[in-house]
Formats: sequence, C-alpha cells, structure tokens
Amino acid sequence: MVEGKILKVSGPLVIAEGMREANMFDVVRVGEKRLIGEIIEIHGDRASIQVYEETAGIGRGDRVVSTGAPLSVELGPGLLTNIYDGIQRPLEAMREKCGSNITKGIDEPALDRAKRWHFTPALKFGDMVEAGDIYGTVEETEVLTHKIMVPPGKKGMIVELHEGDFRVTDRIGKLKLEDGTIEEIFLMQKWPVRVSRPYANKLPPVEPMISGQRVIDALFPIAKGGTACVPGPFGSGKTVVQHQLAKWSDVDLVVYIGCGERGNEMTDVLREFPELTDPRTGKSLMMRTVLIANTSDMPVAAREASIYTGITIAEYYRDMGYSVAVIADSTSRWAEALREMSGRLEEMPGEEGYPAYLTSRLAQFYERAGKVVCLGSEGREGALSAIGAVSPQGGDISEPVTQATLRIVKVFWGLDASLAYRRHFPAINWLNSYSLYRDRLSGWFSEHVSKSWMDNTARLLKTLQVESDLQEIVKLVGMDALSADDRLTLEVAQSIREDFLQQNAFEDDDSFTQLDKQDALISLIFSFGDKAQKAIDAGADIQKLSELSVREKIGRAKAVPYASYKQVYAAIDAEITEQIDALVSACAE
Amino acid sequence: MIREYRTIEEVAGPLMLVKQVEGVKYDELGEIELPNGEVRRCRVLEVNGKNVLVQLFESSAGLNLAQSKVRFLGHGVELPVSPNMLGRVFNGMGEAIDGGAKLIPEKSLDINGTPINPAARYYPSEFIQTGVSTIDGLNTLVRGQKLPIFSGSGLHHANLAAQIARQAKVRGSDSKFAVVFAAVGITFEEADFFISDFKKTGAIDRTVLFINLASDAAIERISTPRMALTAAEYLAFECDMHVLVIITDITNYAEALREVSAARKEVPGRRGYPGYLYTDLATMYERAGRKMGSEGSITMIPILTMPEDDKTHPIPDLTGYITEGQIILSREMYRKGYMPPVDVLPSLSRLKDKGIGAGKTREDHAGTMNQLFSSYARGKEAKELMVVLGEAALTPMDRLYAKFADAFEEKYINQGFYENRSIEETLDLGWELLSILPKSEMKRIKPELVDKYWKTK
Repeated sequence: MVEGKILKVSGPLVIAEGMREANMFDVVRVGEKRLIGEIIEIHGDRASIQVYEETAGIGRGDRVVSTGAPLSVELGPGLLTNIYDGIQRPLEAMREKCGSNITKGIDEPALDRAKRWHFTPALKFGDMVEAGDIYGTVEETEVLTHKIMVPPGKKGMIVELHEGDFRVTDRIGKLKLEDGTIEEIFLMQKWPVRVSRPYANKLPPVEPMISGQRVIDALFPIAKGGTACVPGPFGSGKTVVQHQLAKWSDVDLVVYIGCGERGNEMTDVLREFPELTDPRTGKSLMMRTVLIANTSDMPVAAREASIYTGITIAEYYRDMGYSVAVIADSTSRWAEALREMSGRLEEMPGEEGYPAYLTSRLAQFYERAGKVVCLGSEGREGALSAIGAVSPQGGDISEPVTQATLRIVKVFWGLDASLAYRRHFPAINWLNSYSLYRDRLSGWFSEHVSKSWMDNTARLLKTLQVESDLQEIVKLVGMDALSADDRLTLEVAQSIREDFLQQNAFEDDDSFTQLDKQDALISLIFSFGDKAQKAIDAGADIQKLSELSVREKIGRAKAVPYASYKQVYAAIDAEITEQIDALVSACAE
Repeated sequence: MIREYRTIEEVAGPLMLVKQVEGVKYDELGEIELPNGEVRRCRVLEVNGKNVLVQLFESSAGLNLAQSKVRFLGHGVELPVSPNMLGRVFNGMGEAIDGGAKLIPEKSLDINGTPINPAARYYPSEFIQTGVSTIDGLNTLVRGQKLPIFSGSGLHHANLAAQIARQAKVRGSDSKFAVVFAAVGITFEEADFFISDFKKTGAIDRTVLFINLASDAAIERISTPRMALTAAEYLAFECDMHVLVIITDITNYAEALREVSAARKEVPGRRGYPGYLYTDLATMYERAGRKMGSEGSITMIPILTMPEDDKTHPIPDLTGYITEGQIILSREMYRKGYMPPVDVLPSLSRLKDKGIGAGKTREDHAGTMNQLFSSYARGKEAKELMVVLGEAALTPMDRLYAKFADAFEEKYINQGFYENRSIEETLDLGWELLSILPKSEMKRIKPELVDKYWKTK
C-alpha cells in the first residue's frame, strides 16, 4: 500500500509526496478523517489529489494512503429507489447514521450489506458462460427484474450456483475460468466509473423515447439511445422539463443526476416520485429510479465525479437489456467543477477559464449513450439515452459549455426566457430547437401512431414558422394589412401554441399525453383550420370565425382525460363543422 | 500548544504569506498581534510546504512584517451563539456593538456550516403571507425558500424588504418567528433605515442584526453573511424558530470575493469574478430550508443590486440559478410611480405551486395566478403595438387586454409599502381585474372555478 505525506492544501486540491508507486486515478484516503480523494496528476513522487470532501482541517504532513483501486461504483440489487451522493454514498443511510447534515469522512457502503435478496438461477452446473451471460435473476423492485450477469472479461464453466436468499456479499456460486482458476460469484460487482462498460456493438437508434410531452414527441423527438440537451437561462423551466422526462418517459429505468443544483429540487424528486404512478406499470415511479444528488453546497470535486457515477449505473442496467435514461441537471455545474480543479492545478485555461479538454470530456460522457447489442450469448439489446441540462450564463448560448454540447448531441431543446415570462410552458422555442432523429424515427411513428403523424407534425412546424414571419409584418403595419388567409394562419398558429404546445406539468390529465391523443389533438386543431379556410373561401368573416365558441372547447381539449378523449374530441369536431356551417350559411343569406 | 510566528514574509492587499510554520491546517483561524497590541484575524487559504497563505479579515494598515506576530488557533472561524442574540446588534465579525451586556454563549459554531443532506430536507410547502399582492398572489413565498430581490441602484428594495420583514406571517400558526438581518457593505443611512424601521414596529426584539457598513473593511464582508446564517441555523434548527434571513447587498459580497481572488492571481471567470462564484454563493444560499428533526426553518431573502440593471451580470445570473425564483424590481414601474416597483413578468417563485391551493391559500389561486400572468403579458404586448401603430390598429380584444394591463399595474402592483393585504383580498382583487376581460378568455382557470368566483360588473 502506497503511503505519502501532504505537502500542499488548496481547497479541494491536495498535493502529497512519496507517491511514486501510486497509479493515476487511484482512490486515496486523506488525513486522519480518511477523506476520499482521487489522484489526478503525478509529477515525480508528487501526486495531485482531488478530494471529494471538505478539506478544512487538513495540513502539511498528514497521511495519504492509496487504496490501489480506481474510483468505482458497486453494482447489484438495491440501487433502485436509492439516493446517492456524487461518489455513490447512500444519503438515506448517512442521514440515519450521522444526522441531517453531511459530516466528513463517512464510510458507508453503497449497497445495503444486511438486506437479503432472493436469487433465482437461470443456469446450472456445467453450463458454459461468457461475459454478459445471465446467471439468474433477483426481483429488485416490483417493476424491474435485476439480472445478475457474468462480469466483463470473464468466461468459463459454472461449477456451483445456488438458489436462495443472499446478501450482496454472499457467495452464490463458483465459476471455473478457462485457465482453471475458480472464482466466486456474487450478486454484486464493481466497475470503475471513468471507464465505459463494454458492449458487443452499437446500433443506430430507430425507436423514439416517448415522453408524453407534446412539444417534444411531436416536434423534437428523441430516440431511445439518443442524446439531447436542454439549455436555458434560469427560470425558463429546465428542471421541470427534466423532471417531466424522468417521470413519464417510456423507459425501464431512469438515473437522475442532480449535479450542483438545488437541494430542494432533489428533495422534491425524492418525496414526489414515490407518490406518482407510472402510467405503464401502475406502480410507483420511484421503483424505476436511481437518484444521484450532489447539490451545489456539497464538495465540488464530487460533483465532477457524479455524472460518471450516474452513467456507469445506467450502463449496468443497459447491459441487462433495459432501456435506460440518464438525466443530468446540470452539466454546466459539472463543467464548472472541472474549471475549478483545472484552475487549482494551474493549467493553461481555454475559453472563459474552462480547461482545454472540456469538449473532449463532454463528448466522452455523451458517447456513452447509445443503442447497443449487449455482451452475452443471447444478443440482448439495450439502450441508454442521455439528456443533459445546460445552464448558460446570462442565457447566452454562445458560451463554451453550450457550444461544446451542441456539437455532440443530436437534439436541442432551446428554452426561451420570453416564452417563460408569458407562462408558455414547456418554454421550448420551436423556432431554434431541433431534432436530428425526426427522419430516422418516421418509420416508427407511421407504423405505431398514424400515417399522417409525420405530415401533421411537419405542418405544425411550418405553420409556426409562417406565423413568426407574419408577426414581423403585423409589428410593422398592423393586423389590418393581412389578408383573411393570413389572419387565419395566425389564429391556427395561436391555437397550436396555446392548445397543443403549452402543457401544464402540474395538472394531472395534462402532465402526460399519449401519442394517439396527441395525434387526435393535432387533427382537431387542423380540422378547425381547414374548415375555416373553406368558410373564408365561401366568404365568411375571419373575425367571426375567430370568435366561435367552439374554439374555447378546443382550448380545453388537452386536459380531457385519456379514457374519454375519443368521444369528446369527436363531439368537438362535430361542433366545429356545425358552427362553421352556420356561419357560412348566415353569410350566404 | 499554540505557537507564535514572527515570520510574516509578505503582505499584499488582503493576503499575507507566513513562512516556516508547522502543523497549520487548511481553513484554520489565525490571529495577528500588531506591535501596538491590537489583534486582527485571518484565515488559512493555502498550505504549501512550510509556507502558509492567509487571508486577512480586516485591513492590513499598521501591519509590520518585523514585529507582528501570528498564531494559529487550531479551529476555523466560529460564532458564539445563544438564544439571547435576539434583539442584539453585531458587527460583521460577530462582536456585539450595541453596548449591551456581554453575551454568554451556549456554544460556538463553525461559520461555514455543513451541507444539508438532501435526503434529510423537507420540501418547503407552507405559505408565508407577506401582505404584498405581487408576492403572495403571483410569486408566493413559502417557508424554507430562498427568494432574492433583484434590484437596481436607486430602486426601493430596502422598503420592500422592510415591508416583508414587518408583515410576514405564517397563517393560522403562532410559531416563534425571528428575523436575522445581515448588512453587507451598505451605507449607514440604509442600515439606519432598517434599524429604525425594526425599532418603530417593535420587530427589533425578534431580530438579530449583523452590520458591516461601507466604511468597514471590505474583506470582512466575506464572513458577515456566514455569521448571520450561522446564527439563523442555530435559532432555526436548535431553537425551533422560523427565521427570515435578509442579506443586503450580495453585490458587495461578490466584489469582496473578487478582490481576494484577484489578489491570489486566480484565472477569472466572467467579468473578473472567480470561477467558483457559483459554488461560493451556493454554500450560502443552500443553507436555507427545512430539515428533519427540527421544527424550525430558514427562509432567505438576499437582496442584490444588478449593475446597470443587467440581469445577465454574473451576480444576479448565478444567484438566479441557485435560488428558487426571484423578485425583480423595475425602473419602468418606478418611473410610473408604482410602489413596490415589482416587474411581474420576469419575477418568479419556483416553489409557489406547492404552497398554494385549497387548504393553503384558496382553490382558485393557481388558476387566477396563471390567468393574471398571461393576460398581463398579452396586455403589455398590445400596448407595445399600440405605441407603434396607434390604438386603431388593435383588435377590440387587444384593446380590452391593454386596458386590463393598465388597471393591473395601477391597482394590483401599486399597493404602497404600508398596505398589508390578506391573501383573500389579493385573490379577490385579481378576479375584479379579470372581469375587465370577457369570461370566455378565462382559459387558464377551471370552468367550475370561473363560475364560482366570476364577478359580473
């Protein structure tokens, strides 16, 4: 075991001498309180260590002991429903042990050592296995079966495998490797967070991740295995968008990383999710959620580690063949942690003081997403989607973190403060947002939703685009200058904005919208537009058309419960026809 | 054993380098004894071999390299606390300056505090009535929230803060309420305004004041808000009180931080502020909240002046990313003579949804709030259009909205600093104003609530 002595302390950076034997990225324990740190640079026998806890009280000459292993996470049953800090220490267990504030030097294993899990073997004595094959299963929560897999790099024959109730550290069997050595099998494995877990090969994403958020699903969809970013100034609703995705996305599992954000927001997730019901399984949403919370007042170095901890856990479940979403709020805080460490290391800064390797680190993170064929002989497919919030300073997206992110991700949901001021939520700006998956997903949408979905959603975008051009004219010369056709376009666009795009996250029937209901709602809006257009051609007055009472009903259509929406929408559609016909016959007289 | 060192090598701005020291820890508190016997305090910023870089809390005037002595005390900066702090006035370093009896401390607490475990927080959800319509009705404050006031030079943020401190109450409860007030680098007049206002209304008895005036050492400002928050934590989490913390002015705090950072020759972030400004501010703001095992709560209202009224300046910007909303004051409202000059549209309380509704305020609160917001936004747009094209260019509906916007500003926003409105009065006023518009425009309110509360003229 390598042991050194501290030479220098500057905030979260500690330099120790006598560390020539230590490896890069080894975890070390610093000082009497055994604070957790990681070696990030070695010069001769001096190692620079970033410490994941507050370093007050550390001084020259204090001991630094290397553990000889890189920063790793524990992977096994018990991850779900848990809340961890940036280096996978269980916050709930820490609260029970040390009270409501986080004190230093707490050593608490990530997975509960006392809890027993019922393991059901899928294989038996004599079976040949390779990395990724499934030994058996544990019912981790009511909604998710945890598959115990052969760790990467292992291959051999099972010589022992038992059914029963085991703790994560109990031996459940034995594996005879090809070279003849016998290895014990546990429910738990470890994996270094900075290394991505291996897979057989990557596939192009072709299936959408349905979020139930109308503006996302209809206009800027994300694929399962895709990457997206949500930049926006403060108060534009980034966190609500992220929470909505975590709640309603049709994935098997969500890893939510609160990285340098508000403590109360994490508490909100922690208190709210167990109460919410997953519309797909009918069970509590918490049963499919892992939370990583490194709030802004927690040590900055652990914030840097938190997104790696989160994505490693997500990869582990992806390897079981699940579709996983990683939601990171916010990657800007992670970049700031990187900048702070870089500054303390006295590195030459790049743009705005961020280190020159910011882009490559971001790319490495997002590249861990994707749809893959997992390891193992059965060829399971798993998907990992990554969604990162970005908090650009002053809402200015030309800053380095946003720009570096945009070069990597395929979906951009740009949040707009002016929409938020008008209480248009989600405040995703339809004019500058984009999704590069739209074309790729068109096949799926045509097959599973309707043939008209792609055309209709494209028409939504086009109408909104025309509206923005027309608004320019209105600003210059007034509404009267527009033709009746153009004024109708404005009315339809307004209906799209208010009756379709706006979605109230806090109202039960509106918070999540199924795809078929979205499709029907779009048809309803265009049904009004098309019929009104015919009426205008027949000489009806646009002002009267825009004041028809049925429009208020279209406005309330989004909040109609799913169970009854078909009847209600049909009734509204009939009423549209009726009222417009009445208007046309009145003007014909 | 405490050793004394006479090895000060260098003093530059707020920093001092001491050589040949042993056993000093990071973040330790030190004392410097001047040749004339005066004692000043400092804090360890960096340990590098046998050299220690310290940050002075007071001015370096009169420091003498050859004869001054430094000793390190073996602990961080601490504040002695006791329930008897209420009604007292302290300086920015936590020493009583009101000439009163010496405080007998119950204990001493590290002013940096420790992060609250997110798993141990309670989500803030209890409505605080401030009696200000623009806050209660539209940007509701709840217990344990941090809601800053973004102001500009010359706007009446002090009056608004004093109004909140005076009127704030949790309805239907008689729990113990206290105010901790931290003046960070403000002028004597401003501090005097608060003190005399608190005295006049009797609020002083439930108030602890920490005063660092503009004339005091800038560097002391870095610890003043932390002193105040440590006192607040003690009162909230150990004495089970509901504490409202008002810190004014965060801009002065950030400037002091920049001064230290510049002296250390750190790579600056935006506008010369250190890259860790976000984290530093967060370690203060995040101390607000409610936590398990304690009845008390800390609600924080930091006040900052936006340089050039620019919301994208790093100080308001980073604050906005940490706090749970913001109340923005506007020069336009001020020019119109509307007090408090709250700019409603960009103001926001993120926690409002959990603190309002049936059982907390009233069932129609959420709907009317959204309706007022969107109607006012549309009215303002219509008014802008009117300026360019004249009233004739507006549709009849837009003309109604413009009328609504005017009435909203004059009646709802412009309530003055001495009117205390109950939440019912605020909500009823909202309905009264909405009745300017046709009933069919109430798209954001549930129809049954519109029927119940709609006022016909």
